[in-house]
Amino acid sequence: MADVLLRGAGITRRWGGVVAVNGVSIELARGEVHALIGTNGAGKTTLVNVLSGEVAASAGSVELRGADVTRWPQPRRARAGLGRTYQRNTIFPQFTVLENCRLAAQARFPAPWRWWEDASRCLACMEAARAAILRAGLTGVADRPAGLLSHGEKRQLEVAVCLATSPQVLLFDEPLAGMGAEETERMLQVLAGLRANHAILLVEHDMDAVFRVADRISVLVDGSMIASGSPAEVRANADVQNAYLGHA
Amino acid sequence: MDLATFAVQCLNALQYGLLLFLIASGLTLIFGVMGVINLAHGSFYMIGAYMAYALAPALGGTAGLGFIATLLVGLVLAVALGYALEWAFFSFLYEREHLQQVLMTYGLILVFEELRSLTLGDDVHGVAVPAWLSGSIALGGLMSYPVYRLFISGVCVALALAMYAVISRTRLGMAIRAGSSNREMVASLGIDVKQLFRMMFAAGVALATLAGMLAAPVSSVYPGMGNQVLIICFVVVVIGGLGSVRGALAAALLVGAVDTFGKVFFPQAAGVLVYVLMAVVLLWRPEGLFKAT
Amino acid sequence: MNARTAIIVAAVLALACFPLFGGKFGVDFVTKTMVLAILALSLELLVGQVGLVCFGQAAFFGIGAYAVVLLTPKAAAAPVAWLLPAAVGAAALYALVVGALSIRTRGVYFIMVTLAFSQMAYYVAHDTPLGGGTDGIYLNFVPSAGPIDLARAMPVYYLTLAALVAVFVFLAVVMRSRFGRALAGIRVNEQRMRAAGFSTYPYKLAAFVLSGAIAGLAGFLFAVKDGFVNPELMGWHISGTVLMMVILGGIGHLHGAVLGAFAFTLLQEFFKSNAVFGDFSKHWALGVGLSIILVVALLPRGLAGRRG
Repeated sequence: MADVLLRGAGITRRWGGVVAVNGVSIELARGEVHALIGTNGAGKTTLVNVLSGEVAASAGSVELRGADVTRWPQPRRARAGLGRTYQRNTIFPQFTVLENCRLAAQARFPAPWRWWEDASRCLACMEAARAAILRAGLTGVADRPAGLLSHGEKRQLEVAVCLATSPQVLLFDEPLAGMGAEETERMLQVLAGLRANHAILLVEHDMDAVFRVADRISVLVDGSMIASGSPAEVRANADVQNAYLGHA
Repeated sequence: MDLATFAVQCLNALQYGLLLFLIASGLTLIFGVMGVINLAHGSFYMIGAYMAYALAPALGGTAGLGFIATLLVGLVLAVALGYALEWAFFSFLYEREHLQQVLMTYGLILVFEELRSLTLGDDVHGVAVPAWLSGSIALGGLMSYPVYRLFISGVCVALALAMYAVISRTRLGMAIRAGSSNREMVASLGIDVKQLFRMMFAAGVALATLAGMLAAPVSSVYPGMGNQVLIICFVVVVIGGLGSVRGALAAALLVGAVDTFGKVFFPQAAGVLVYVLMAVVLLWRPEGLFKAT
Repeated sequence: MNARTAIIVAAVLALACFPLFGGKFGVDFVTKTMVLAILALSLELLVGQVGLVCFGQAAFFGIGAYAVVLLTPKAAAAPVAWLLPAAVGAAALYALVVGALSIRTRGVYFIMVTLAFSQMAYYVAHDTPLGGGTDGIYLNFVPSAGPIDLARAMPVYYLTLAALVAVFVFLAVVMRSRFGRALAGIRVNEQRMRAAGFSTYPYKLAAFVLSGAIAGLAGFLFAVKDGFVNPELMGWHISGTVLMMVILGGIGHLHGAVLGAFAFTLLQEFFKSNAVFGDFSKHWALGVGLSIILVVALLPRGLAGRRG
């Protein structure tokens, strides 16, 4: 029985007259990579924003590990185990890789009243940071300022910062954006390593990568979900072929 | 409070609010279109008032056409000043952080104040109301209302209508509504962005200067007037929503009402009420009442 | 001990020795500048560390100063032991109210709203009987501090110096703590901090209150030194001046704030000096205004250079 960690039901998001997301339901289970594909402007990022709490849903609900988090602000959801990465890099360029992760990890051990204590003395933060760096494959560059990393390494850091808070649900928004073949390979290995213990949503445009790594695929077109199932089912689906994949 | 007194206060609130709108609309437009926060905007109001004082004797006093001449000459000078300032100074601020804009325009306030001090001195002056506008209209049996104040309100309403017409009916208006976030769209309308900015800035300066000239006979001409009005304008713009002309109008009238009636009912706390209003609005709507135009 | 620490220690020692040869005017001038340096540090916390451009610092400064005068009894001196916390507390309380309302706003709104709230404080001081009106109020008795006589210039000088050093060290330590690192993260990318699980509003509010408290401390020292307060202490010229000091010295460095305070006051004295400008010196604001424009235009990183 699948261990569903995140459930979005009937999610709708309207901006003025435009319906960006229209009654979308999606489930993320532990041990599964659930890919979300669709044309540009189909509403994928908006859906991720609603799931993560950055944007309120106009209708529908979000459930995280059984709790109704529809009204919870993003920080609260993050503390409850929901992590995300962004399409563009949101790392802190002036801090080192280690400090990027340590700072993110600190969210779970805030202790803001300990004004006299140097932040790096928080052992729990440092441990979580190093673990995240390891999983994201960045151990060699831990002390480098993030701004000096290569593009691929920056995307890996984006993932590491997300992992530093020890989330159980991971929402990855186009982690492979702008990556070459080698970097893509590295990132896919990182993803594969995360599968066992996390519920992963992967928003992506790179179809080869998606079909390689996904356990389930959902297709979003103009805000509505037109298909959802195993990669084989989706590939064979006529609607998907017409709307998106072309004649495969 | 009897009806006539109430009517007088309403008219006062309206006139004050409309005058504030004139100044605030320039401020909010300049921010909405060019993304520049200009602390020196109040200085233009001050410059307008001092111009009214300085030009009047040279243009036939405030009798008859002298006043109209003063207004027109003042407007021309204001537009020229606006163009010159935009070209020499403000065009460098568009790309800068808000902090730098705040400080540079703060420095500009100091420069304006001292230049005025050097050329026209620091004394307080009065400007006479033009003779043909100096009567009063009777309201009910006991009270009357100065014609000049109605004149101010009338001019402001006319300008507000003109602004509405330009913003909603013309291509220029579309460019204004596109705002600072959409330069490509503006350029694709066939409008030269640089000229647009220069013109908008000059218009904003002209509005504030005109407000100062109109207000001079009523509020007298004194050194701190620019700074005082600036802060109130900030309150208006925050309440109304930055970049929204509609918001500036609504907020200006609201502020005018709160301030005028506040002075009547709570004379001790009068200066503070406007800020309390702002605090209340912020609690409810941190982005102001209206979105940008 | 690295080079920067050595320079800072040397500067403190220099300030400690200054009264020996500074003369009466010099001691008074440097005391005032040190008070402004504390005020500048309070603003550096907000602007440089959190990225909140506050244009209303004068309100907290003025409230700290007015608290000293208003809370001192008519017939006797008030002990520093409770007067100081009371003054700082009053400023912090106003900062709590203003911060709670302002921090909900973003960007330019924040600048305008903080300015407006400080004007509100100005009007309370200026127009209501509470503030004593435009003429201001005299301090009846300097606070009592045991054996230390705060009516004399030297003890006030060293008290101010001690406060400056204490605030500087305190802020340096706090900036390295978890709280301080969180503030730095919020400055760089607040959204990312929220995505990681930080509720950023309480952090910003705490920084705002802390900043207000330190500004209140500067106000306390100012009132003790001058023995007189007037509404202009809450005027926005003070807010603009201290913001300018932070920029001039260089945002992002604590020592930048102190450097900026000294540089700006010297600059202002230069323009005010009769010796250089003769009669024109009464228009010193012109020189200051032009300098502000030039410095911001040409030296956006200030004297201390890039953020460390």
